[in-house]
Amino acid sequence: MTDRTATNNLTVTLNGVATELPHGAHVSDVVVHALKGVSSSGVAVAVDGVVVPRSSWSATAVAHGSTIELVTATQGG
Amino acid sequence: MPTQQHVEVDSPLRIGDLELTSRLILGTGGVTNHQVLTDIITASQTQLVTVALRRVSAVDQSILDVVRACNVSVLPNTAGCKTARDAVLTAQLAREALGTSMVKLEVIADDVTLLPDPVELLTAAEKLVSDGFTVLPYTSDDPVLARRLESVGCAAVMPLAAPIGTGLGIRNPHALQMIVESAKVPVIVDAGIGAPSHAAFAMELGCDAVLLATAVTRADRPEQMARAFRDAVLAGRTAALSGMIERRYLARASSPTSGLIEPSAP
Repeated sequence: MTDRTATNNLTVTLNGVATELPHGAHVSDVVVHALKGVSSSGVAVAVDGVVVPRSSWSATAVAHGSTIELVTATQGG
Repeated sequence: MPTQQHVEVDSPLRIGDLELTSRLILGTGGVTNHQVLTDIITASQTQLVTVALRRVSAVDQSILDVVRACNVSVLPNTAGCKTARDAVLTAQLAREALGTSMVKLEVIADDVTLLPDPVELLTAAEKLVSDGFTVLPYTSDDPVLARRLESVGCAAVMPLAAPIGTGLGIRNPHALQMIVESAKVPVIVDAGIGAPSHAAFAMELGCDAVLLATAVTRADRPEQMARAFRDAVLAGRTAALSGMIERRYLARASSPTSGLIEPSAP
């Protein structure tokens, strides 16, 4: 039996795209990954249809198979 | 259209915690660049602009900076959502992203008509109100639906003039007037406005504000058109509070009818 925790990545669906993340990744890591260093001001995150408040990003672990949406404001309406 | 007593033209519109002296709400859809956005916000003198919520990778993220630099409030929408569930989640994301509990609730039935889905809309409105949102629903011009939306606690009702982006103007003034007459919450005409005269007409009918985007953002000269709409909304409101004359079937002379010179023989 291999040690999955040390070697395996987890796969999530991030904004509709299958994305590999290191095992043990938190929502805050996902945000950094998606924004590639751009400020996260004005960004909100939902995991499996539930909003994760900014204050909980670094404490919320991401599970394999999660559906994650990262959104922000754009022109419209 | 009876005169409303003791209402000042510049009395503010109150929606939730907001107090607006401008009765023109501007949508940002269709703006070609940030300079144009700044120009039309300034020219329109609006104090509230709408934005949409989209996945981060697909969008330009700096629109908020532009809007905030103009010192106006942001009204996020749930544009594109087709179910109550998606609209509720989008509203919750908007609250988290933008720090406002106001939402322009939009639940459309299909991509061809972009008409509101009344069943999903009412369901979403009820959920969001109970979740503490200040809900401004984009609705059809059905007076009964408007009443139902008000009864579940919406802070305003926003009936369409015509389908989104058509510029057809107020297709059913009678329905709109019925909504105005029975609503206890502000009535904001949203969608289908093409010309400043449409916006003025909405205000003459007694609506509290007008929300539009395309008519300005896709005009050849958006900044100039924003000014035209600013003036039209103000003119319509001023007229509505000034006691417009009753319509008549036959003519009525405005010049004196006595003291005319001797009429010549026919």
